[in-house]
Amino acid sequence: MDDRQFILSSSPHIHSGESTPRIMYSVGVALVPAMFMGVYLFGFRALWVMLLSVVAGMATEAGAQRMMGRKVTVSDGSAMVTGILLALNLPPPVPWWLVVVGSAIAIVIGKQIYGGLGYNPFNPALVARVILLISFPVQMTTWAKPSAALSRTVDVVTTATPLGAMKTHLLVKGTLEGFTMGELWNPFIGNIGGCIGETSVIALLIGAGFLLYRGYISWHIPLTFIGTVFIFSGIFWLINPNQHMNPVFHILTGGLMLGAFYMATDMVTSPVTYRGMMVFGAGCGAITVIIRLFGGYPEGVSYSILLMNAATPLIDRYMRPKTFGWRAVSPR
Amino acid sequence: MKRLYLFQGGVHPSGQKISQNAPIEELGAPDRVVVPLSQHIGAPCEATVAPGDRVKKGDRVGQATGFVSVNIHAPISGVVKSIGTFPHPVGRPLPAVEIESDGEDTWADTLKPREDYMDLSPETLKEIIQDMGIVGMGGAAFPTHVKLSPPKEKPIDTFIINGAECEPYLTADHRLMLEEPESIIAGARIAMRILGVTRGIIAIESNKPDAIEKMKELTEDILELGVVALKVRYPQGAEKQLIKTLLNREVPFLGGLPMDVGAVVQNVGTLSAIFKAVRFGIPLIERITTVTGSGVRAPKNLRVRIGTPIKVLIEACRGFTSEIGKVIMGGPMMGVSQHSLEAPVVKGTSGILFQPVAEVQAVVAQPCIRCGSCIRACPARLMPTVLGVFAQRDMFEEAERCDVVECIECGCCNYVCPAKIPLVQLLRYAKAEVLARRKAA
Amino acid sequence: MLIAIFCLSGLGLLASLGLGFVAKRFAVEVDPRVEAVERLLHGINCGACGYPSCSQFARAVVEQGVSAVGCVACGEDTAMAIAEVMGVEAVLAEKKVAVVLCKGGRGESATKFSYRGVEDCKAAVIVSGGDKACPYGCLGLGTCKRVCPFDAVVISENGLTVIDTERCTGCGICVKECPKGVIQLVPAGKEVSILCHSTEKGAEVRKKCEVGCIACETCVRVCPFDAIFMEGSLAVLDHERCRVCGLCIVRCPTHTIEGRDRVFPRVEIMADTCSGCGICSMICPVNAIEGEKKEVHQVSGERCVGCLLCIDRCPKEAIRIKAPADSTLGVASQ
Repeated sequence: MDDRQFILSSSPHIHSGESTPRIMYSVGVALVPAMFMGVYLFGFRALWVMLLSVVAGMATEAGAQRMMGRKVTVSDGSAMVTGILLALNLPPPVPWWLVVVGSAIAIVIGKQIYGGLGYNPFNPALVARVILLISFPVQMTTWAKPSAALSRTVDVVTTATPLGAMKTHLLVKGTLEGFTMGELWNPFIGNIGGCIGETSVIALLIGAGFLLYRGYISWHIPLTFIGTVFIFSGIFWLINPNQHMNPVFHILTGGLMLGAFYMATDMVTSPVTYRGMMVFGAGCGAITVIIRLFGGYPEGVSYSILLMNAATPLIDRYMRPKTFGWRAVSPR
Repeated sequence: MKRLYLFQGGVHPSGQKISQNAPIEELGAPDRVVVPLSQHIGAPCEATVAPGDRVKKGDRVGQATGFVSVNIHAPISGVVKSIGTFPHPVGRPLPAVEIESDGEDTWADTLKPREDYMDLSPETLKEIIQDMGIVGMGGAAFPTHVKLSPPKEKPIDTFIINGAECEPYLTADHRLMLEEPESIIAGARIAMRILGVTRGIIAIESNKPDAIEKMKELTEDILELGVVALKVRYPQGAEKQLIKTLLNREVPFLGGLPMDVGAVVQNVGTLSAIFKAVRFGIPLIERITTVTGSGVRAPKNLRVRIGTPIKVLIEACRGFTSEIGKVIMGGPMMGVSQHSLEAPVVKGTSGILFQPVAEVQAVVAQPCIRCGSCIRACPARLMPTVLGVFAQRDMFEEAERCDVVECIECGCCNYVCPAKIPLVQLLRYAKAEVLARRKAA
Repeated sequence: MLIAIFCLSGLGLLASLGLGFVAKRFAVEVDPRVEAVERLLHGINCGACGYPSCSQFARAVVEQGVSAVGCVACGEDTAMAIAEVMGVEAVLAEKKVAVVLCKGGRGESATKFSYRGVEDCKAAVIVSGGDKACPYGCLGLGTCKRVCPFDAVVISENGLTVIDTERCTGCGICVKECPKGVIQLVPAGKEVSILCHSTEKGAEVRKKCEVGCIACETCVRVCPFDAIFMEGSLAVLDHERCRVCGLCIVRCPTHTIEGRDRVFPRVEIMADTCSGCGICSMICPVNAIEGEKKEVHQVSGERCVGCLLCIDRCPKEAIRIKAPADSTLGVASQ
């Protein structure tokens, strides 16, 4: 009834200014180098895939939220990030309709059916990628040869990913003798076959540096993930270099960088404590190597992250920090 | 240089110490004061005066009831107008003594100065402290004599003088350290005599270099007192975090106290008050309060009589700059927002912050994205987001198992949360429920 | 193809055999009555009986002989049915419903400040006891709605809690949870309630709320059954004595007393049996009956509030309830 009254709320009365959209758009910014390299290596077709994926993702999110009678929150940037990540995880010659289907799967099956942002147990972009990979194996494994300096050729020159080539070589010859990984420089800048955004290690590292600097990701997951892959694959390489590739080859190829820095670190689906993150990263690394060396698929990053996503609640439960004062630290 | 041990968590809000260069100003006696009978943690006082009684400045008007309780005194001379319920900073009306000034502001003749105070026995000193109504002036208002009475089986080896003042905006302790450092040191020596401690550490955040300098200068010849510059981080001034930083001891949870790890912490304002009480016999009837925020024209550090209504302080600071959205008693991280300008300054009022409408934080909680910022920011090493979910779903047993009662309500989790979830409120709710259930069981 | 069919069938057979074996081998003996009782119960585990779940309550009923009436949520019929299963006689408890003792919604009662925070009463009281000026008032943030297992609580547009008496089972969970203690259990069917529980002085209440009890004591005076008494500055209704006449409802100046949408009866006098003794006109608390001695008396439909006092007292049994028409209470109080 009074017109002018003070506002009351519980403390604290100030805020850091951090917000969900800010985090999401920062991830978007961090992915710009990778997107740029994707376009540079695979032509404007890559740009088209990215645009389509983002637009389809945002449209699906808006539509799904409206249909479910929820508040439409496309502007928070999470659908955009999912769209970009999915696009970066698709092979460059992918047909346009597959992009749209993938984006819709990511948003609807990957996120909205669980209750929207914050409630999804699995990384939405990876859910979509894996569903597409299983459902459309041919389209999803047709790789294009990177043609530097934006060739205008319409024809796609197909090639294989390094991991795929290795697996084939191993299957055909029974040994890795004669298989070379080529110049190290190639996977570093991205001059190899693979998904739009996974090939250029340097571009991914630049973006990751930005995210680390801003504090939106911590080193715990990427380092343990990549470290485990390196050590694990290194052990097998030392045991039998005729059957297994060297660890440097393993960490530079197959989307490990993209997965370790951008997919595994997804806040919603990864553990919340540092200790938990390290368990998570190590788990991802171990599963990746197991799939790559002993599984049917040449590539294991996506599956390993999804599997560890499922383990996240369990990790969180057991990696609870010890409450302040749980034990006198220095006995008197 | 003393080695510091960092506590986990914490945040770095902008200091906003806009009043740090404003010297302490006397506000003087207002026309009317409302002195609540409950200004400390523990049993409220019983009024010892009746309406119509004449009182002088320093006369006792409320009698402590029990050990965890202290007396209260008349901050002005005048007539007791009424004893009833009046607005209180906690938000609901509580019993208080209303005194109208006679304009004389004369001291009571019962004041007892003591030249030889350092020869008094610890017991006598503690009695004086309780009698003079001294409580912790950093905000919690816990009766000081209780903290100075550790049981024999808990020997104290370190006395910590808390001048961290880690809350943004507040500068009352800072100014006190600059302007009356001698009283703080003398008060510390009294407290150390009571405790029988020979090591005292004056802890000041490094954003107050002048205060650190001053204290170092004055303690140069005092062997048992040392000054430590702390890294600026909120909540560095919280008792448990301070002990951890200085001594690398963690106060045990489940109701542990600093004395369990051999330390006692007192705020600089409290020590100054102890000195005045013991040396001059002056009870706690005034304190330094920072009136600040972009809502007031002239942010100041005022020496305010206890019981002065907030609105009197506003006039002293030349009024509001714009429409005020929030009036916060205390600092922005832990302060209590007020709904009435009639609420009086109490013993624990370290500052009053005026936030214009435009600065008031909106509370529009979005879903948690499990970023974990709150967990990394929590100095008690809890998982605020998880506890918040428990609170929302009334899962109090789970919340108890995750130590929700160890939350110190510092506000760090809430401050960093990108989804702007009112975590502190949820945790306070869960805490209250858990404690109520424990009591019932 | 054939191999596949055989393989799968064999696998299925093997699995089903295993399942069957386990079911037989590790079966847990349960008193069939426990299951029977459990089937009769609501099954929503509201906890009002004091047991954590319906099945545990069922076990207590069967094994420890706890009375089925302990389930407040189930109706009489269920209690009877359970008693039948157990082969005992059911002693029925009076059915109760919850009522919110506050009528001051956002439109009628004043606030102290504008609250921002968690939308829940119990969390909101942490902030200066809630935003309502009246410390007793319903905050309308819906803690009761959240805890009600029967969906019987509605928060009105006016920010006031309203209980759907049809759905309310009187389990009392909301009564326990309400931080303002504003909800009370009253006997079902007793439709009159004084919707204010502020013990503040009348003048204070008037400042804060348009519909609060201002302790004018009008209701105490008009009640023909002495069912209302003053507890300090608050009128309190004794539901045992209340005869639901509705007189207080009409007379309360602040409209604090309410009868929940019940159709209050009106009486009429049968001309052929009335002897004109005049007892009814004497005892009628609202002077709704008029007539000369020895003549047939008349009931003024406008004034009658349906207290039915006259029916009890008429020596000739000449007064009866008129068929309900439009005379609902809402109309009467306006």
